[in-house]
Amino acid sequence: MMVLLLIIAFDELKTDYKNPIDQCNTLNPTVEKVKKIKRVKIALKLVLPEYLIHFFFCVMFFCAAEWLTLCLNLPLLAYHVWRYMSRPVMSCPGLYDPTTIMNADILAFCQKEGWCKLAFYLLSFFYYLYGMIYVLVSS
Amino acid sequence: MYPPTGCYGAPPQQQSYPTIPAHSTPAPHKAPITNSAHSANYYQSNHQQQQHHHQLPQHHVAPSQYSAPSSSVPPSQPHPTLHSSVPPPSNAQYNQQQHPPYATPGSYYGQQSYHSQQQQQQQQPNLVPAPAGGPGAPLYPIVSYPSAPGSSQYGTLSSSQSTSAPGVPPTQMGAPLHQYSTSRPAPTTAVQPGYSVAPTSQLGPTVNGQGSTVHQHYDQSHQASLSYDSYGRVTHSSGGADADRPPSGTPSTSVHSSPGHHQGVQYGYVANSGASSASATTSGPAAAPLSSSSEDDDDDEEEDEEAGGDTSSSSTGSASPVPNSYDSLEGGNYPDSMPPSNDMTNQAAPYGSYGYPSMEPAYQQGPASHTDSSPSHDLYSQSSYQQYSQPFPNLSQLSAALGGLSGVPELEVEALRPVNLLQERNLLPPRPLEAPEPNLSPDLKKVNCSPHTFRCTLTSIPQTQALLNKARLPLGLLLHPFRDLQQLPVITSNTIVRCRSCRTYINPFVTFLDQRRWKCNLCYRVNDVPDEFMYNPVTRSYGEPHKRPEVQNSTVEFIASSDYMLRPPQPAAYLFVLDVSHNAVEAGYLKYFCELLLDNLDKLPGDTRTRVGFLTFDNTIHFYNLQEGLSQPQMLVVSDIDDVFIPSHDSLMVNLKESKELVKDLLTSLPAMFSQSRETHSALGPALQAAFKLMSPTGGRVTVFQTQLPTLGAGALQSREDPNQRSSTKGVQHLGPATDFYKKLALDCSGQQIGVDLFLLSSQYADLASLSCISKYSAGSIFYYPSFHYIHNPAQLEKFQRDLERYFTRKIGFEAVMRIRCTKGLSIHTFHGNFFVRSTDLLSLANVNPDSAFAVQMSIEDSLADSSLACFQAALLYTSSKGKRRIRVHTLCLPVVNQLSDVYAGADVQAVTCLLANMAIDRSISSSLSDARDALVNAVVDLVSAYKSNVSNLQQSGLVVPAAMRLFPVYILSLLKQKALRTGTSTRLDERVFAMCEFKTQPLQQLMRMVHPDLYRLDNMSDQGALHLNDTVVPQPHLLHLSAERLSRDGAFLMDCGYVFYLWIGKCCSEVFIRDVLGCPNYASIPPNMSHIPELETPLSERVRAFLDWLQDNRAFSSMIHIVKDDASAKATFFQHLVEDRSESASSYYEFLQHIQQQMSK
Repeated sequence: MMVLLLIIAFDELKTDYKNPIDQCNTLNPTVEKVKKIKRVKIALKLVLPEYLIHFFFCVMFFCAAEWLTLCLNLPLLAYHVWRYMSRPVMSCPGLYDPTTIMNADILAFCQKEGWCKLAFYLLSFFYYLYGMIYVLVSS
Repeated sequence: MYPPTGCYGAPPQQQSYPTIPAHSTPAPHKAPITNSAHSANYYQSNHQQQQHHHQLPQHHVAPSQYSAPSSSVPPSQPHPTLHSSVPPPSNAQYNQQQHPPYATPGSYYGQQSYHSQQQQQQQQPNLVPAPAGGPGAPLYPIVSYPSAPGSSQYGTLSSSQSTSAPGVPPTQMGAPLHQYSTSRPAPTTAVQPGYSVAPTSQLGPTVNGQGSTVHQHYDQSHQASLSYDSYGRVTHSSGGADADRPPSGTPSTSVHSSPGHHQGVQYGYVANSGASSASATTSGPAAAPLSSSSEDDDDDEEEDEEAGGDTSSSSTGSASPVPNSYDSLEGGNYPDSMPPSNDMTNQAAPYGSYGYPSMEPAYQQGPASHTDSSPSHDLYSQSSYQQYSQPFPNLSQLSAALGGLSGVPELEVEALRPVNLLQERNLLPPRPLEAPEPNLSPDLKKVNCSPHTFRCTLTSIPQTQALLNKARLPLGLLLHPFRDLQQLPVITSNTIVRCRSCRTYINPFVTFLDQRRWKCNLCYRVNDVPDEFMYNPVTRSYGEPHKRPEVQNSTVEFIASSDYMLRPPQPAAYLFVLDVSHNAVEAGYLKYFCELLLDNLDKLPGDTRTRVGFLTFDNTIHFYNLQEGLSQPQMLVVSDIDDVFIPSHDSLMVNLKESKELVKDLLTSLPAMFSQSRETHSALGPALQAAFKLMSPTGGRVTVFQTQLPTLGAGALQSREDPNQRSSTKGVQHLGPATDFYKKLALDCSGQQIGVDLFLLSSQYADLASLSCISKYSAGSIFYYPSFHYIHNPAQLEKFQRDLERYFTRKIGFEAVMRIRCTKGLSIHTFHGNFFVRSTDLLSLANVNPDSAFAVQMSIEDSLADSSLACFQAALLYTSSKGKRRIRVHTLCLPVVNQLSDVYAGADVQAVTCLLANMAIDRSISSSLSDARDALVNAVVDLVSAYKSNVSNLQQSGLVVPAAMRLFPVYILSLLKQKALRTGTSTRLDERVFAMCEFKTQPLQQLMRMVHPDLYRLDNMSDQGALHLNDTVVPQPHLLHLSAERLSRDGAFLMDCGYVFYLWIGKCCSEVFIRDVLGCPNYASIPPNMSHIPELETPLSERVRAFLDWLQDNRAFSSMIHIVKDDASAKATFFQHLVEDRSESASSYYEFLQHIQQQMSK
């Protein structure tokens, strides 16, 4: 159960990097453009760890026979797999193509995706917390 | 009551009603005037007649054009257009106040136009038909425009009225209604019977009604123009109009009389707005009077004129922009007089006062013209306008001016004329389509950016995203920023004046609040004018910041200071990477490349620091040491292609000037060196890596010649094309890159300011989809010569040579970035072209060349309601080949509108098509080809249904589109039949991908010629309408629709496809033509692969060649000409461009329209 907390910490961390991306969109492009480029790069690097961690938790849930939790996470896992399969052609691991990320549609989509995931992770964080406390109390 | 009202349905209209009557009253006054004006009208009419005399037949045709196939020439339309135009323009925009003034004008127009007709009739029986244009309105119904009925009635009524004596009774009616002082009306009425004199007095009164005295009125108007928004302006104009009316055809207003009166009211909006534009066109006289009154109007008119362009009037309009009105007037130029007509247009387009300082002059003009119009009215001029009137002199000027008027407004009107595509078959203008002129004041129009450089899909920017969505048209810019320019003001200045918050460069559209402050037109921040800017180097005067060249030209170039450099300007550096594998030797390009480069070595752009280098590759990479002092070039071979290194760092890129002999040596020996090569592999990837390393320190241009699929080392590719799938209709695979090696390398190159240009000369599949990435993201250009062979394919060889010559000698800019700024509220959505996007509004261009263009999709984030203008500024910062850091700034200014009809009126169908093409390319790569094709078809469906439901209220069957967009379905159909997007026809993957690349980078005009070639008939060219340039006569044959039915066996037809001309000779073509132009005795003796026109001394040949040369003018890459015989196998290449015909896999134009209609009814 302690693992859950850890997971959440990671999730928080993940969401943490999402925010900068969101922010840089609204920032003044002329002033912040350099920062923005850097942040996009950071985001590129963070995608894979996020997926791996999520996958790792799913495995842990599976081992712990937490079927309900696993079911909740499976759709996202499937989405991650699909997203990674349909990523642009690139030789290195990564999800975002620097040449198209500035396209308003793609950027908006990534942003939306980030927020949705943030919400999901937050909710699951509280759910895990509740589950952990429940287990602690009942034991 | 009338449909129009229903259409607009806007509450304001209702409100306006009451006011309208008041206006109508003025009309009565005017009516008498008209009588007096008759003389003036006469002049006008005469003038028109003269001008249009030869055109008249066309006019006649025009009314019938809907049904009849006759060639309806848009320019000629004046009469028909007027009627048609009347309805659409959206009066709704104006508020109540405005309405009244408008209403009157509208009525005026109608009457006036009619009037002129009558006059014409009187003068010439022949002309009658033209007036019939009025009757033509009845014909209109076919077109089914909502307003149309109103207009027709209107027209008829007015006619009746006009015929009747400009009735006194009506005037009486009007009098009561009049808002104006009671005393006035009475006199006016009395006067009316009397001729012009009376009217003049009336004028005075009417003016008073609005303003206290005439004089004051003007002052007010003046102020208004400066400070008020468009509305204020409008009202003023109206007031002015009243005053003016008397002199001009105003009498027509009198016609309004009781019956007319009502009508006038009713029409009010519709007629006015539409009328303004429409009427202006037809009725020179009417326009004239109005013009005098309102300065603003004048400005607008001029704009219109410029826009109109076709007719004689247009030229005049452009010639005399506003500011110098006085001078010009005195000169007796058209333009001045023109403004009056413009007034009408102004009404149509509410963009009123832009708060531009120059307004005043225009204003003054108004009065002047006014006087012109009413030469006879001494009283009038004396009474209040003496100042103004004096300048104007003689009737002849007047008449000329009036005549000029006729042409202008039609365009406005014309743009909104509903066109039923299923019934109207002759849609093409006689001459290639010009960009529509934005509806701006002449001042702004004069300084606005050239449409060749900067074009917007909507020349009237919708106020909100909601309105844009409603219009179902894409909003975007098409940019050709580094275009070769004939003249370009270059400014050297220590401080480049820019807005402190948004960094916009100062431009003609900023506002000077006073001598020391200016207001940014993009972010509205108020900035200080620096001291240095107070001095004008052109006039050598101090204290005139608004006369500086930066503020007088919308395209300027600054010499930038060191603030604009990240590092000192680098020398121009050119590296040539040449494929010398067996395949390349077979193709035989190397010899021609070396020859051409030798010839053009001195013409390479650059200075004494210019550096060049060469690198060849097959399965190894060969470097050439050209260090000065060597007796001959040294070849260094690197065979380790997995880890490429540079054998020697400073001797591979050498100074061209110092090592010229060695370079020449190399170029002469190079073709022979590899003539025995048996190596079939190609290590393009490693060669590019080597090039990257070689160029990294300075940046520059890498030119890659590749003849086959790269097979070795990094970046090796597999053949992905399945020849059996070439004509598949299911969709096309492998449009995207197979590897990101080239993209990543391109991004690295871009970071080091290296641009890579790719010449692909392959006879087999070479995976251009992957290779093109190297150029796409490093801002390079791509050239593709399918089936290149120096013996077997002479046509490609010649094209290659021509392209290469242009390529070597064209300008180039290094280390470039381009930033596009736009008015607050607009934002950039997507870029199209070859570049790397560094930020939301910043493009990184390692190289910039004069032949590549960009497209930008825009979106509207915030409402633009608080400004009447939207501006776009593209600033290109680059290092010239001479090592100077320069900034080229283009600024485009467009009006903001809140009416859907205005958005449609300002739509630029060519720009829309090009932007959609770009979007479709993106879609086909990211999604699928069939998706992209569907999206294009849906674009047409959406437009037609949006127009049907929002603008034209008539429930009419058929496909109705605004005239401005009438070519849209043809263009979309052409797009669908292009190599890039077609399905079902066998298309090689590389050719398809190349066509896509072309779409992304070609400038608009070139692209449009590729998409929808221009077809002319050459064997019966007449000198009618011919251009006279220097001492040559350039005939101007009419454009023909791209359909085989337009061809005939006894003719010779020229098709201009941008890169290539096809001259199709019919089987029964007259032998005179064949002999005189082609130099062959008869049809049978024309050689099958003829690709030039001999220079014969016959007049026919000279004319044809003059026309061809004229078409070639201003074209970056000279086009080849192919003579296509009717029976030759080459016929297929010619016929595939006849896009309106059915091909084995694609529908004809008519079928396409039916398909659209089906889609709509779903």
